[in-house]
Amino acid sequence: MADFFADPQVLRFLQEAPFAIWETVYSTLIATALAYVIGLPLGVVLVAGENGRILKVPGPLMTALNVAVNLLRSVPFLILMVIVIPLSRLLLGTSVGTPASIVPLVAAAAPFVARIVESSLRELDAGVVEAAQAMGCSPWQIITKVMLSECRPSLINGLTTATITILSYGAMAGAIGAGGLGSMALMKGYQRQMTVMLWGSVILLVLLVQLIQSIGTALSVKTDRRINPTESRRRKRK
Amino acid sequence: MAEPIIQLKHLTKRFGGGENEVHALEDVSIEVRAGEIFGVIGLSGAGKSTLVRCINLLERPTAGEVIVDGRDMLRLTEKELRKVRQSIGMIFQSFNLLMQRTALDNICFPLELAGAPRREAVRRAEELLEIVDLAGRAGAYPAQLSGGQKQRVAIARTLATNPKVLLCDEATSALDPKTTRDILRLIQDINKRLGITVVVITHEMKVIEEICARVAILDHGHLAETGTVEEIFASPRSEAGRRLVYPDGVPAEVLYSAADRDRVIRVAFNGGTSYQPLIATLAIDCGVKANILGADTRNIDGRAFGTMLLGLPREGADKAMTYIRSQKDITVEEVPDYHG
Repeated sequence: MADFFADPQVLRFLQEAPFAIWETVYSTLIATALAYVIGLPLGVVLVAGENGRILKVPGPLMTALNVAVNLLRSVPFLILMVIVIPLSRLLLGTSVGTPASIVPLVAAAAPFVARIVESSLRELDAGVVEAAQAMGCSPWQIITKVMLSECRPSLINGLTTATITILSYGAMAGAIGAGGLGSMALMKGYQRQMTVMLWGSVILLVLLVQLIQSIGTALSVKTDRRINPTESRRRKRK
Repeated sequence: MAEPIIQLKHLTKRFGGGENEVHALEDVSIEVRAGEIFGVIGLSGAGKSTLVRCINLLERPTAGEVIVDGRDMLRLTEKELRKVRQSIGMIFQSFNLLMQRTALDNICFPLELAGAPRREAVRRAEELLEIVDLAGRAGAYPAQLSGGQKQRVAIARTLATNPKVLLCDEATSALDPKTTRDILRLIQDINKRLGITVVVITHEMKVIEEICARVAILDHGHLAETGTVEEIFASPRSEAGRRLVYPDGVPAEVLYSAADRDRVIRVAFNGGTSYQPLIATLAIDCGVKANILGADTRNIDGRAFGTMLLGLPREGADKAMTYIRSQKDITVEEVPDYHG
């Protein structure tokens, strides 16, 4: 055991891991937040604007939005990272490093988030929206008080999926000079054949994903008021 | 005669265009009087739901006029329309409650939209829960309520903003017969106590029979006929009317041969005691052998409801009818040219 901790690779891994975790966590969180700033309204418009049901969005604009989302989603992330390099330079003055990796992450994740939000909102029964309209709800009230709040559990599940996807994209961004666990695995672990680095960072990534998924699922279930029968039976017994 | 509160004039609604165009409503004109319970009946696809949605403009008619409480609905701006909609309540077959809110918060919802302070909204919602007999379930989520309870919450929710009109779109179609009756009684009670005009959309004649004063029959987007419920029950003039009043399942040939020999009468049970054996009494006391051609009756808490179609031999028919007429809570009428 003592031999294991004396191994220079293990020592180096233990030294570098905390900072790598930090880089992965903060870039994932910032990228997710920014992706939602763009993707959430976009997803709402994709549902509310459809056939002018809730929002009067001109048809051609809806088509344009759909095409734009599909275009961005059809470019593989590795290629997208390279394509947005000029944009990163323009926005941040650099195209390498962890902050610069947030730009391609957001570019790739925002349309993904839009689709995830869209599919969550589509779960809402059209009758509920109709009832709200019959009560004199304005479009803004329908979006905030009916669509977003009724779909909250599903939106939280979507957020979990999006965060995990962005985390794995972020790991890929290690290939273009971003820091974090991905870079640790790719640059040090794989290219310099440091096995401990490779497997250590992979294990950390797996743990992070597990953690995010558990928190997300727990939140979604906890906030859902459509209690399923077994759940309510359990509550009664208490 | 009371003023019409809802006037639909030459209403036409078409969906789609070109070859796939669907004519949901064709030149339908209806007047609903203030304070009445008006029924709209038709088979599925007859255009009932479209019709009721044209009243609060959830659907915009392709042509025609919609006047509610003196306002020309089609001329309102979006904002004015939202305001007017607060005075037109609507309940649905699938209840359409907000699943993530408690019963109380569901009822507060329209008040919240209208900008009422939270405290006032809660007080009003508690009052309404009382009215719909759900005082103990304020904190329950819709998932914890039965179908009938959900519809009660939905009714309380529409009452929150003191509407003048209540639109019921197949409001009891998802409920069992007992619950249906309870909800219909509640609607009737609301109509009487609060003076709210009610428009009931349904495909069930029973519902119309139960609470409506006047009824319009829709058939493939056309207004087949309209009149008081008694008129239509006694002598439906349209094909669609006949189909609805005389329920399916009575074989035509039985009826024709019966009509040749016998006289056919319709007996309606309006809630008298069901322990009284009418047919047996007819046979023993009047010596009349009645033939049951069709029946749709049910026994609710020991009271009989529904209708029965009887074939009576020519001799003795008058005697039998006089006897039935003398019974409490039973009405009878002859069906002179009955065919299924």
